Amino acid sequence: MPTIQLGFADWLVIGLYFVFVLGIGLYLKKYTRNENDFFLAGRKNSAWVAGLAFLSANLGALELLGMTGNTFQYGMYVAHFYWIGAIPAMLFLGVYMMPFYYSSRIKSVPGYLKLRFDEKTRVLNAAAFGVMTLLVSGINLYAMALVLHTFLGWNWDVSMWVSAATVAAYVTLSGLMSAIFTEIIQFFLIWFGLFLVSILGVIEIGSIHEVFSRIPPAYGTLWSTSANPADNGMLVTWGGVVLGLGFVLSFGYWTTDFLVVQRAFSAKNLRSARLTPILASFFKMAVPFIVVVAGLVALILSQDKQSGFALLQEGGQVKYDSALPLLIARYYPPGLIGLGVTALLAGFMAGQAGNISAFNTVWTYDIYQSVINKKASEAHLLRMGRVATIAGILISLVTAYWAKSFPSIMDYMQAIFSWVNAPLFATMLLGMFVKWITPNGAFWGLLAGMGSSFTLFLAVKFEWVERNLITLSSVSSDMAANFWRAWWAWLICFAVTIVISLFTERKSDAELTGLVKGLTPEVKEGDVPIYLKPGFIACISLIILVALNIYFW
Amino acid sequence: MNNDLKKMRPIWFFVGMMLLTIGIIVLLSGVYYLFFPSNAHTVLAHLHPSLWWGFIIFLAGIIFLVSNRNVTVD
Repeated sequence: MPTIQLGFADWLVIGLYFVFVLGIGLYLKKYTRNENDFFLAGRKNSAWVAGLAFLSANLGALELLGMTGNTFQYGMYVAHFYWIGAIPAMLFLGVYMMPFYYSSRIKSVPGYLKLRFDEKTRVLNAAAFGVMTLLVSGINLYAMALVLHTFLGWNWDVSMWVSAATVAAYVTLSGLMSAIFTEIIQFFLIWFGLFLVSILGVIEIGSIHEVFSRIPPAYGTLWSTSANPADNGMLVTWGGVVLGLGFVLSFGYWTTDFLVVQRAFSAKNLRSARLTPILASFFKMAVPFIVVVAGLVALILSQDKQSGFALLQEGGQVKYDSALPLLIARYYPPGLIGLGVTALLAGFMAGQAGNISAFNTVWTYDIYQSVINKKASEAHLLRMGRVATIAGILISLVTAYWAKSFPSIMDYMQAIFSWVNAPLFATMLLGMFVKWITPNGAFWGLLAGMGSSFTLFLAVKFEWVERNLITLSSVSSDMAANFWRAWWAWLICFAVTIVISLFTERKSDAELTGLVKGLTPEVKEGDVPIYLKPGFIACISLIILVALNIYFW
Repeated sequence: MNNDLKKMRPIWFFVGMMLLTIGIIVLLSGVYYLFFPSNAHTVLAHLHPSLWWGFIIFLAGIIFLVSNRNVTVD
């Protein structure tokens, strides 16, 4: 395809974004005085700031491109990722888990594992998280360069180095606070830069009713076709959606992944920390109005030969991720094109900044201070955080070049997530709610869960076992296999942790106070009106979730 | 104690600045292409999305800026 040509106004918008994020990094540097400011943004953010950052850390460009493409491929079922596959977990984190995280004053999720269990479980999780974060950061960088090269004809090396250097500059200057500021700016850029695609798409098709009437019936529902996997676009049963996506993958990601949870740790008090994921849930529910609507519009246009719209193909394979950039090129005139490109750039760069700010914290506290230099001073840890930021960016660049020479690494993304997060959720759930779970039970359970997740991925990939054996159905898709693999990994971790805990030494109640339900004082909300209480706001979010699922049943 | 440290602008102020500037650029490009149409033909170009979408962004920027013009955070 011919590349999209940018005009003066487009370059102006893109240039302005770079000036803004670097300017914000410089502005915030004088407020970054100690390690608490650098790693936890001073623990002074409101629930709104932390909540939008919590959502935006997950709302990267890779996700937007991928989910629009997935909608083209699988239909409305992609909305499950944003509704049942996110909201219950976010609310559970805010209502039940955040008191244990926030009240224990930990600086990272592995830090909780150290307090609740022991050092080896903390280091195991920190190492796995560090590897995952840098891999994802590098793959994100590679995906950004790929998009910019394919659609704008930009040079690979320049795209990767300029964006990496910009992220390195503002995260090194002011740590988590500048990452959070740029994530919030990214949130607005994404909405103002990409929602117009859906609006113009619906205008071109005629109406939203027309959109749903022109897609295949199996692509327009959420649950009514889930009894038989052959009836829906994703080839998955409701069991796979509920257990794999809605329970394990969703709870595993939203309640334990430090990338997002770190934003809640930056809140100014426990109530704000609890509200962080709850407020974010409302915005999360709205994202399908960008990605799902755009994906359905692309699907309809591609079926209409007269529209002249077709996704890119490479080696006979359809490139589903090209749907969103092609729609931007279709609808956006000069000026707006620059805004669309900036929204994607912001998504990529904020995603990378999020990964790097989470990595520098886990490296500094859970590996460097925990294993290498136990007596490091505060000033030394602050310097180490800055060094880890630059080192993390450089390793991401190496990973990006590796991904460029080995593109199938993208296939391993889902495996990486279910390798770390799915079993960790079993460990966290048992750790927070069952006091007799032991350090050795947690460690060996986590190791067994991580190992089984990875082994199952390889077993299906290299056809050592039939995929249908894992998905418990005669037909299935790669996505269905991902859901079910996460479920089995969680179950193995859960079972091994319990069995080993029955035979190994427990921690005393005194050691677990504040860390486990039953040994932690209940949260008192004080004189806060009911409509401001996290539980009440979570109920409203839950009601909207149920209404959306019934409406699109 | 340095007084500057008490006067940090909230993020919403920067969001306002960013949206206001981008809104102006998009709006002005819309006005320009209204009189000098671009060779790059886009679908629904007759609706002039740069004009009204640019105005909406501009308006959002103004709202954020005005409502946070005197706000500082610790």
